[in-house]
Amino acid sequence: MLKPFVIHEPRTPQQASELLNEYGWDATVYAGGTELLVVMKEGLASYAHLINIKTISDIHTIHLTDNDAALRIGAAVTHRAIETSSMIAAHAPLLIEMERSLANVRVRTMGTLAGNLCFAEPHSDPAAVCMAWPGASFELTSTDGVRQVLPDEFFIDLFMTARQENEIMTAIHLPLLPPGMGSAYHKFVLLERPSVSVAAFVSVAGTTIKSAHIAVGSVGPVPYRATAAENMLLGQTPGDEPYRAAAEAAASAADPVGDLYGSVEYKRQLIRVLTRQALQQASERAMGVERL
Amino acid sequence: MNTQPTFKLTTTINGKPVDAEIETRTLLIDFLREHLGLTGTKRSCDMQVCGSCTVLVDGKPVSSCSILAYEVSDRDVLTIEGLAQKGELHPIQQSFLDEYGLQCGYCTPGMVLATLALLNENPNPNDSEIKSFLSGNLCRCTGYFPILNAVRRASERLAQEES
Repeated sequence: MLKPFVIHEPRTPQQASELLNEYGWDATVYAGGTELLVVMKEGLASYAHLINIKTISDIHTIHLTDNDAALRIGAAVTHRAIETSSMIAAHAPLLIEMERSLANVRVRTMGTLAGNLCFAEPHSDPAAVCMAWPGASFELTSTDGVRQVLPDEFFIDLFMTARQENEIMTAIHLPLLPPGMGSAYHKFVLLERPSVSVAAFVSVAGTTIKSAHIAVGSVGPVPYRATAAENMLLGQTPGDEPYRAAAEAAASAADPVGDLYGSVEYKRQLIRVLTRQALQQASERAMGVERL
Repeated sequence: MNTQPTFKLTTTINGKPVDAEIETRTLLIDFLREHLGLTGTKRSCDMQVCGSCTVLVDGKPVSSCSILAYEVSDRDVLTIEGLAQKGELHPIQQSFLDEYGLQCGYCTPGMVLATLALLNENPNPNDSEIKSFLSGNLCRCTGYFPILNAVRRASERLAQEES
């Protein structure tokens, strides 16, 4: 049985931050509870105060921002709400592709995208996608103010992020992809969570690759950007040969941790395969061969 | 505002209003099974993977093993006990029976409720949509084919009742 706790129901992010200031290590942020309650049931963590951020009114919506150049997804928005959102379907269909295969429909019904990111489980689907997403940032709010943090500054170690003790994530910002950019998310799943996941964003102008963003997730404590692979692709013509070379570079850059999702060598091989597939599909989408 | 370690839960379970003084830490599955005696909801993996504990909250499937009863304040909860009316099985239950979509029956309450959630939002799903929606409900007996048949049959049966 869980240890007893009080649930606080703040109305604003500032009130939530005040409560986190007041109770310190005795308190934690509570939203969907899909990951938090499991670790509390296992006795791996216990808190006397849960700060239920779902009672904050203006973090429940998805809308366009920055003169319609970016999406703002509120921190209380569930995976299922994203999966079934016409706004997301129109502007960020890769997120729907990712959400459809995340855990199962019950977890997606309760769990939030922001909660998944803040929990920072090493096999997170959204972490890898956000890490690769050009210009993505996370909005963190506290009594000290609001700041935007980039994904590669946010994920520090397993279950550890740049979110300070008195901060809550209030939104996820995802710029819309410019014309000529395609995206793809490929993963290999044996259990509920991926053994390896690869997100790729590729820009193609004419027959030349103009930019590539590749993030590999689930193989280590945090997702990593395969920057050597990205740089190799610049100026190349889209095709199997450069993608194989980039996939090799992405696999070489990995420092996989063997776990029940796969051994070190198994994960490295999956990185090769999934990176090639993700680059292929992202560039086909960039060139309009395949529509997402 | 806050909810103390003990609070008064006001909710609706299977169409009936329920008021209960419970601990805030009470999981929904324990509230259903221990407080209300609704033991049709089954605990199995206890970590939201298997789907045995599935119940519907406002028509949406959740794992009752990993959600607080607090979350169903002023919501409508449907458990397997709420499906049969006046001794007559719900069309989905009847379809599972007709297609032998169960053996030991432990996963069946969750399977049936997940099927109801699916058919509520998508009355005529194709096979890939059925498999995707039910992928989080595990059955170790049937090999799944009779379950798929049961879902298809339930979809047809509900469509006939509509017309």
